[in-house]
Amino acid sequence: MMKKKHFERRHLVELLMKTIMRIALIIVASSLGLILWTIISRGLPSLTWDMVTQIPKGGYYMGKEGGILNAIIGSIYLASGGTLIAIILSLPIALYLQAYAQDSKWGDYVRLSLDVLWGIPSIVYGAFGFALMIMLGMRASLLAGIIALALVELPIMTRAMDEVIRRMPKDLEHAALALGSTKFEVAVRVVTRQMLPGIITGVLLAFGRGIGDVASVLFTAGYTDRIPTSLMNPTASLPLAVFFQLGSPYPEVRERGYAAALILTIIVLFVSFASRWLASRLSKYSVK
Amino acid sequence: MLRVTRYKEKIMDAHIQVKNLNAYYGKQLALKDINIEIPKNQITVIMGPSGCGKTTLLKTFNRFFELTENTQLTGEVLVDGENIYNKDIDVTEVRKIVGLLAQRPSPLPMSIYDNVAYGMHIHHMRKNREEYKDGVKHYLEIAGLWEEVQNRLNEPATSLSIGQQQRLCLARGLAVEPEIILGDEPTSALDPISSQHIESRLLDLKKQYTTIIVTHTLRQAKRLADYVIFMYLGELIEAGPAKEVFSNPKHERTKQYLEGLF
Repeated sequence: MMKKKHFERRHLVELLMKTIMRIALIIVASSLGLILWTIISRGLPSLTWDMVTQIPKGGYYMGKEGGILNAIIGSIYLASGGTLIAIILSLPIALYLQAYAQDSKWGDYVRLSLDVLWGIPSIVYGAFGFALMIMLGMRASLLAGIIALALVELPIMTRAMDEVIRRMPKDLEHAALALGSTKFEVAVRVVTRQMLPGIITGVLLAFGRGIGDVASVLFTAGYTDRIPTSLMNPTASLPLAVFFQLGSPYPEVRERGYAAALILTIIVLFVSFASRWLASRLSKYSVK
Repeated sequence: MLRVTRYKEKIMDAHIQVKNLNAYYGKQLALKDINIEIPKNQITVIMGPSGCGKTTLLKTFNRFFELTENTQLTGEVLVDGENIYNKDIDVTEVRKIVGLLAQRPSPLPMSIYDNVAYGMHIHHMRKNREEYKDGVKHYLEIAGLWEEVQNRLNEPATSLSIGQQQRLCLARGLAVEPEIILGDEPTSALDPISSQHIESRLLDLKKQYTTIIVTHTLRQAKRLADYVIFMYLGELIEAGPAKEVFSNPKHERTKQYLEGLF
């Protein structure tokens, strides 16, 4: 009586759906594997010690010698600077949305405009930054690149933080209010503490987007073989290093492009593992 | 028809006075023309069946009612003669004076020590670290938790049992030096022994604090109450000294409730 009826329609549907889901999962997982394998297999042979410790010799487009330290340092500067500015602006916005504009019309408008900003292609931010630079009479520089990246990262970071902070348990907020906290004190002393792991994830997401973005830094930060020594210097970046080197007529330089992509991937992986570790340390006091 | 007997007799030393209080959730009237005085340094128990408005009434005392969206309030709530709904009243000061012990303990996302120190910090109530330390110890002792936690003050508050957490919340609430303690069914989430802990703390504290407890257990009401308020369908049916109300309820509804008829 309770034996499985194999040919019943419901069971067939379930089997079919499960198979579709599994196939989708396999496609995604194997493409990730394929990407990593391509980068590693083609990049690793060229990934010498020189690559990460020296600046290019003979130009980034033609040079077969030296390294891409300029792009590594440049990318770290650009992404860190952009992320820092984005944090300074995002956290207050996200906390404001939680504390004062929770489910109001105004809050909805702010969220909508952030979503629109998120959807804008980064080349548009690059063009905007470029126009701004011309207006101010600036040259392509680290500072301009940082500002353009901050604009790219801002909506991602704010919305990620907002989604996290929205899940703040009401009880906890009320407990703090019951002690006579102002909404600001609740936001800074309680919400940020409780939601720190999630906030860090939001920052990381934006950092990852920032360090990998080509279009916004193309015009604003420019490209150079030198390591920037001031905010006003033009600055190289890893994604552009990959782009230029892969476009080179020399196969050796193209191989170096894969090595640059590998370095970029390693940096992103390192940052994401480090922040995971940090988040788990910091969530010690979070209320589950 | 409900016949409402208002408690007319003036209380000698009223800490809270409620005047013509109406509360609405949207268009629904949750409290109908409440007039009551709550005696100082006694335990007042608000009782009544679910949905009678007892928690809503409690929430109007520390201005928590307005945290629910789309609510409206008319009338006055006076604490020491001052209407806490006046425009020039600082709501954080109201909540400092009127503390709340919630239904479920919700420790703040910090250590045991910081949970108690939090309120003192935001109100700048101590001068230096030593004073904060003494304050934390003092209030943990009052809440009867010091012995259990003195060696683990830096652990997360969530590592405590639910019963201990509720005593921590009591210590945390007392640390901001309130004059009134509200308890919204403060033992309903706890096991019997932990409930007993909390109840005995509340009895110890009633000499110094005006305490108002909402409960739906009649036994607890009888154990704790000096003064009783009985509510039904958003109206105040009867109020008076516990002995009188329990032994000789004036109103038919109260009598039925005490007999367990609904």
